[in-house]
Amino acid sequence: MNFTINVWRQNGPKEKGGIATYKVSNISDDMSFLEMIDVLNEQLIIQDIDPVVFDHDCREGICGMCSMFINGEAHGPGRGVTTCQLHMREFKDGDTITIEPFRAKAFPVIKDLMVDRGSFDRIIQAGGYVSVNTSGNLPDANATPIEKQDADAAFDSATCIGCGACVATCKNASAMLFTSAKVSQLSLLPQGKIEASERVMNMVKQMDLEGFGNCTNTGACEVECPKGISIENIARMNREYLSASITSK
Amino acid sequence: MDLSGGLIRSSLARKYWMALTGLFLCSFLVVHLLGNLPLLTGSKEMFNSYAHFMTTFPLIKIVSYLLYISILLHSVDGLLLARSNKAARETRYVKYNGKANASWSSRNMAVLGTLTLVFLIIHMKSFWYEMHFGNIPTYITSDGDELKDLYSITVAAFQQPWYAVFYVISMMGLGFHLWHGFSSSFQTLGINHAKYTPIIEIVGKAFSVIISLAFASIPIYLLLS
Repeated sequence: MNFTINVWRQNGPKEKGGIATYKVSNISDDMSFLEMIDVLNEQLIIQDIDPVVFDHDCREGICGMCSMFINGEAHGPGRGVTTCQLHMREFKDGDTITIEPFRAKAFPVIKDLMVDRGSFDRIIQAGGYVSVNTSGNLPDANATPIEKQDADAAFDSATCIGCGACVATCKNASAMLFTSAKVSQLSLLPQGKIEASERVMNMVKQMDLEGFGNCTNTGACEVECPKGISIENIARMNREYLSASITSK
Repeated sequence: MDLSGGLIRSSLARKYWMALTGLFLCSFLVVHLLGNLPLLTGSKEMFNSYAHFMTTFPLIKIVSYLLYISILLHSVDGLLLARSNKAARETRYVKYNGKANASWSSRNMAVLGTLTLVFLIIHMKSFWYEMHFGNIPTYITSDGDELKDLYSITVAAFQQPWYAVFYVISMMGLGFHLWHGFSSSFQTLGINHAKYTPIIEIVGKAFSVIISLAFASIPIYLLLS
């Protein structure tokens, strides 16, 4: 397969970026999107051009690093996949593919397609933890009864890999899906209920400080989320924040 | 109670206010539509006494101030939200495929809201301002009451084609705003349930279609009759 690649090139956070166009040929339809970029980069190195900088790590859809906005969608046209799980067979031979970094004020570009998602870490630091001891000399796990529905919902929320596709996709660059998934995975379980009010207040406060946008409930985030995190989490966070705001001293 | 951050200034609080004022304005639409139905039946007397009642009855006066505040809050809050949403993405995407993952109305709430606000200003100037501060001719009813003849003013206004067309377009804009806005406000207030959310969505869509078509039918009817 042959493709024309329009890719965002930007030398550094303060530099002005722009689209550069390259051709790649002899791409196998079984290649992942990242492998196609690898081929492009080898070609660029031979031509003495700087290779395209992009984030990647596990290449099996778990780490959430491969942050590419492909043809106007986070992680490209596939559903429930990260960029490393996107295969070239999703495209047609001869296609022009536009690749951009995830764009948000809170995700500044480091270089080319690589962005700094440290804002997500700071949201977690603000409250995405439990203070109860969860290692060492502990009571039996089954000693605390947890309703199956709650355990399932908490687990579903916990599958969020923090990739930032929700922010990249959202027309407002809102981090509501990420933050609400992290709030939910803890507050649904007894160990997380203790700090639930404080947690939701602090995490939302940090989310606002980072400069993310607001939620218009378009639902685009849950469509593009590689892990299928539901916007039910956003409603849960809205609910928890409302009651925490009213009852907090 | 955390008023400074939690319920006033936070991003979530701004959305709560949008949802609450939006739902209140939805309830107003129902009352407003019912009150204006006499225009479709040509009941001049009924329409004029309704208009008289709405501008003079004390309880309605209190509710009307709540309505003005809601319109103002919904508009200003919406403007502030739109501004901070724009600021949250400084560099726009070269290619952004919005229709791949979200409905058209949900992506254009600010534009549709602005259109509705412009409509509202013109609408209130034409009728609300004239009723309160203008010189509308009065007449004496068979019961001996003196009524302002808002009915004739309204009928005359809608017999101008450009004015009727502007109304119909505005009502379509309002319809699309409600198509997303109604159910969205429930999600914002934290109401999302496997059993009830599908019902809320159907009710919201039916509401937006009925309200916009019913309101649009008034200028169309008066223009053609």
